[in-house]
Amino acid sequence: MTTIPAHDSGNHADDGSGHGSGHHDHASMPWLKHHFDTPAQQFESSKLGMWLFLATEVLFFGGLFVWYAVLRSLHPEVFTYAAGYLDTVLGGINTCVLILSSLTMALAVRFAQTDNRRGLIICLVLTFAGAVGFLVIKKIEYEHKWHEHLLWGSRFYEVPPGHHGDEHAAHGAAVADAAHASAAPTPPAVDAAVPAAPLGAAAAVAAATGDSATPPVEATVIKRAPGGPSGVVAGVTDEGAPVESHSHGPVMRTGAHLEDPALPPNTHLFFGVYFAMTGLHAIHVIVGMIVIGWLIVGSIRGQFSSQYYTPVDLVGLYWHIVDLIWIFLFPLFYIIH
Amino acid sequence: MTTLDHTRTVSAVTPVTDNYLTHTRGFLSWAMTLDHKRIGIMYMVSVLTSFFVGGVFALLVRTELLTPGQTIPGVTADLYNHFFTLHGAIMVFLVIIPSIPAALGNFVLPIMLGAKDVAFPKLNLFSYYLWIVGALCVVASLVLGSFDTGWTFYTPYSTRTSAGGVVPVLLGVFILGFSSIFTGMNFIVTIHKLRPPGMTWFRMPLFLWATYATAIIQVLATPVLAITLLLVVVERVTHIGIFDPQWGGDPVLYQHFFWFYSHPAVYIMILPAMGIVSELIAVHSHRHIFGYRFIAFSSVAIAIFGFLVWGHHMFTSGQSPLMNTVFSAITFSVSIPSAIKVFNWLATLYKGSISLNTPMLYALSFIVLFSIGGLTGIHLGALAVDIHLHDTYFVVAHFHYVMMGSALIAMIGGLHHWWPKMTGRMYNENWGRLACVLIFIGFNVTFFTQFLLGSQGMPRRYYDYQPMYQTYHVVSTMGSYLMAIGFGITATYLVHSLFRGKRAPANPWGGRSLEWQCSSPPPHDNFAVTPRVGDCYDFSVIEWDEREQGYVVRRDKDPELRGHHATGQAGTAGGH
Repeated sequence: MTTIPAHDSGNHADDGSGHGSGHHDHASMPWLKHHFDTPAQQFESSKLGMWLFLATEVLFFGGLFVWYAVLRSLHPEVFTYAAGYLDTVLGGINTCVLILSSLTMALAVRFAQTDNRRGLIICLVLTFAGAVGFLVIKKIEYEHKWHEHLLWGSRFYEVPPGHHGDEHAAHGAAVADAAHASAAPTPPAVDAAVPAAPLGAAAAVAAATGDSATPPVEATVIKRAPGGPSGVVAGVTDEGAPVESHSHGPVMRTGAHLEDPALPPNTHLFFGVYFAMTGLHAIHVIVGMIVIGWLIVGSIRGQFSSQYYTPVDLVGLYWHIVDLIWIFLFPLFYIIH
Repeated sequence: MTTLDHTRTVSAVTPVTDNYLTHTRGFLSWAMTLDHKRIGIMYMVSVLTSFFVGGVFALLVRTELLTPGQTIPGVTADLYNHFFTLHGAIMVFLVIIPSIPAALGNFVLPIMLGAKDVAFPKLNLFSYYLWIVGALCVVASLVLGSFDTGWTFYTPYSTRTSAGGVVPVLLGVFILGFSSIFTGMNFIVTIHKLRPPGMTWFRMPLFLWATYATAIIQVLATPVLAITLLLVVVERVTHIGIFDPQWGGDPVLYQHFFWFYSHPAVYIMILPAMGIVSELIAVHSHRHIFGYRFIAFSSVAIAIFGFLVWGHHMFTSGQSPLMNTVFSAITFSVSIPSAIKVFNWLATLYKGSISLNTPMLYALSFIVLFSIGGLTGIHLGALAVDIHLHDTYFVVAHFHYVMMGSALIAMIGGLHHWWPKMTGRMYNENWGRLACVLIFIGFNVTFFTQFLLGSQGMPRRYYDYQPMYQTYHVVSTMGSYLMAIGFGITATYLVHSLFRGKRAPANPWGGRSLEWQCSSPPPHDNFAVTPRVGDCYDFSVIEWDEREQGYVVRRDKDPELRGHHATGQAGTAGGH
């Protein structure tokens, strides 16, 4: 159990005049709030408050991690399959970027404690740059997913614009009405009586295949490359002749997911949980950028010193938890195999 | 030092002319205040306003149920769904959860502790404004078509209903959750770090122990509700596939998430109520609390058990029999710390010098109502019985006994107890006693009847019912009117006391904890001098003082306090 610091109680004992607004300690330390007696008491209070806040953050994300665990235990095949659409290289780079930014943040705290203002500013700027870099890479990843409709819910089953699957969708739309009542791309395992297939083109694609429990299959099929998640996608027709090949660079499997016979049902769930968790994490990174930016302004103005570096310390704690959450997210999504 | 000296030093230390109410003036001095007392008062006004609105919906629901089918012209079954949903959501999220911790706790906790303020005053004001924003979201929801999901927002209905106000209310509850989290964080840090010298953990008044246990639940459970409701919004808007089976989601997962918060939330409601009752019973029977450590630790035990019993809301949701059995067993075990408290309160009353003041009447009502509410919880925790009683009026009666009969009754008892401290005025005792009796009788008429209804099979949330249930429904509705009268009287005499009430002495009840040692109302900084702490349940040194028209502490009788006189502290005895 925590107690008041020893020097604090000493302060009480010999300070008969009380510690109101006129207290000399408070006058010399403008950042010491009136209801605290000593800097140590204020620092420890702030730190405990931050740790409690971090506990709420862990539980906040905890709900999503439980969702992930439930989904993965119910649909392990979806995870092993869909993780192939994520770019492990970009994810790995992002992990390094965040870990490095955590290092610069820790150094910033150290520089604040040692009154090294130049070092503090440089490290905070580097941390900020790390956050920006992380988000830029994340944006590249998101953009690709967005473009290819590797998204949550119904959007997953929309054929990407300009993709050759469009004609299948058009074809499917013609028969969609007939199959409307029974065909939903997501097999309604629990609620089989749910009416109305909720999708546009996706419903049509599924309807065209005539079977709601298996993924859409077309006459010409692009199969997954045996090579695995981030490798080259070798398109192979039924006859076995290669018809399409995307390769080179940080290649992600593009667009063809709806025509892949290996596509497990409910694959959109993976992207649902992926976007929910990485999206919430990205929001936390943005919040981190805001507070780090505020620290940069404060440190340029010389507000922090070895006497008072509480904000730097607290933001550091926050930044480390943001980093830590990503360190869990990365293997859970990117390196499942 | 004589008693006379003492009273003079009290008024010298804390002149009545300058208190927290008069310290600064103007609207902004309240709107931007960082004073925990003013924030507490603002919470109190807001919560009581919400209580009125929620109460109106309750009366509408009860009136509609007077006859089978439509009773009030224009109230369709659909509208009725909105009524009971609004009643539940407002009462839970806007009234009961913030009522004791945020309203009374904010006012009382730092003073009881001997601190000048909570640890983070700005965060405190921020969480009040979060509450306001959350409340405005609920209002926005009303404008945009309201919601008819029940306060539990069960999926998949809540992700599909055409009611237009579902998303705003979910966001509102999300924001209210963060208001609650920040209040909890503030209290934990305050209790850990701002205790003055001498205020050890086991000298803290039991209300502080209860608030501490509550704050832990607020901090640890509420984030789960927040993310859950956020996911419901996302599911509703984008069909992300978490809770709606149409998209591969799992509605039972929602129930797990929801009750993982909402069962501990029941203890967010009841634990501070138990803390208040511990204070009320001890002070108004002028007897040292019996089993201090047992009561303190039972609060913590309830907080821990509270996290492990959520599955008992889901006995009929298709859980495995093993899980049902485990949850049932842990549910039963919650009755142990609860019973420890009740027995300790009864032992405190035994041979006490009981003053049947209004707060004490509320405390005694609490013991009766909580015992009924708690014991019927054992019925519901029993697996076989619950299959029959699940989703009937028996459940409605049970949780009203706990949430209203216990949590709200204790809140109102605490409001009366600290009213002189908060406002500096005494209310009319006789009207107070009358209103309490009316509320107690009205409550039992309303809700005991519902036990009978439920055990005979009347399902909850139904608009229509078999004629065989009508007698019970009529009796129950009459009880609710009686309660409404009681609350109306309470509101009247409390408001009246603000203008015409007798000036309150510093210590009208004979309390020993620190809030009774500063003036009524307290000064802006609570204590001019950091107070010295004695045993806050040792009433042997408290004496009635005719001049003061209140109680005073006879410092010369307490060896612990007398010891400090020798060190030259006597001159500023008031705050000690």
